[in-house]
Amino acid sequence: MARFRKAKKELPAISTASLPDIVFMLLFFFMSVVKMRDVTVMVRQSLPQGTELTKLEKKSLVSNIYVGVPHNQYIGVYGSEPRIQLNDQFAEVSDIVNFIVVERQARDEAEVPLMVTSLKIDEYTQMKIVQDIKQELRRASALHINYSAKKRIDNQ
Amino acid sequence: MADIAFLLLIFFLTTSSMDTDIGLERRLPPLAPDVEQDDAPPIKERNVFIVLVNKDNQLLVEGEWLQIGQLREKAKEFLENPNDSENLPEKEIKEVDFFGEMPITKGVISLQNDLGTQYGVYLEVQNELVGAVNELRNELAMSKFGKPLAMLTKEQQDAIREIYPQRISEAEPKRVGVK
Repeated sequence: MARFRKAKKELPAISTASLPDIVFMLLFFFMSVVKMRDVTVMVRQSLPQGTELTKLEKKSLVSNIYVGVPHNQYIGVYGSEPRIQLNDQFAEVSDIVNFIVVERQARDEAEVPLMVTSLKIDEYTQMKIVQDIKQELRRASALHINYSAKKRIDNQ
Repeated sequence: MADIAFLLLIFFLTTSSMDTDIGLERRLPPLAPDVEQDDAPPIKERNVFIVLVNKDNQLLVEGEWLQIGQLREKAKEFLENPNDSENLPEKEIKEVDFFGEMPITKGVISLQNDLGTQYGVYLEVQNELVGAVNELRNELAMSKFGKPLAMLTKEQQDAIREIYPQRISEAEPKRVGVK
């Protein structure tokens, strides 16, 4: 009996020497996984839900068009109707062609055919604005699009 | 050392977003000049599956009032046409790898909406239509190869895609129902 008690008393403290290694590991993980937040979205985004979604492969080839009702602090200036946001500012439908051209120039020439335009549109938007955007994209011949959506979690 | 690493770690955690971009991938038709459109051969009525969504987000499928939940079955029936019935689309015999000669449907899904349609509903309808095609492909993959589509090799996937092509056209809307 005495022998057992003796063994329990000598519990060594956990060494913290490997702590920096673990933290660095986490650091590198996040650095590689994460992309920098480049645009502040100024419109309300409640994306529609779907089940047949695909992942966009290369993030560097994706240009985003945001559509929705502006957030509260912008309503005074931009109104409460759904608006289009390109990069960091509100835009009109007619600005889209120009936006696509600028996006193309920023990419390598070989990568231009692989570019995707991701439409991040609030689900309560009317189709009129979506249709105008689609027409404008066809005019810019940016035909590869992606209707951004969230994965639906079925309750069944 | 660990402190600096922690600092960097927290910096990256706060300045970054982890969200991956997922969605429905589609291709828009190129902007064709009007002259060319006249040359295109007319598509027979039995080969077109017309889906209309109005400004109150109601669905009219082939002249029939439907709920979104019923759409997928209806679209599958249209594309599959198991009994070769008269009013469902024609089929064309084509040579496909792995399968040999297969009847391939000539069916086209045409989706038309009002300008007042809600985007969320529109996307839900598209999702159902894409879902119908995907389900058919998966069923075929299961019966032929005993594996779901995603597990097949690229050549096998291409063969199945050839048998069930995804032909969904987004028509331009009628100018009604705008607020």
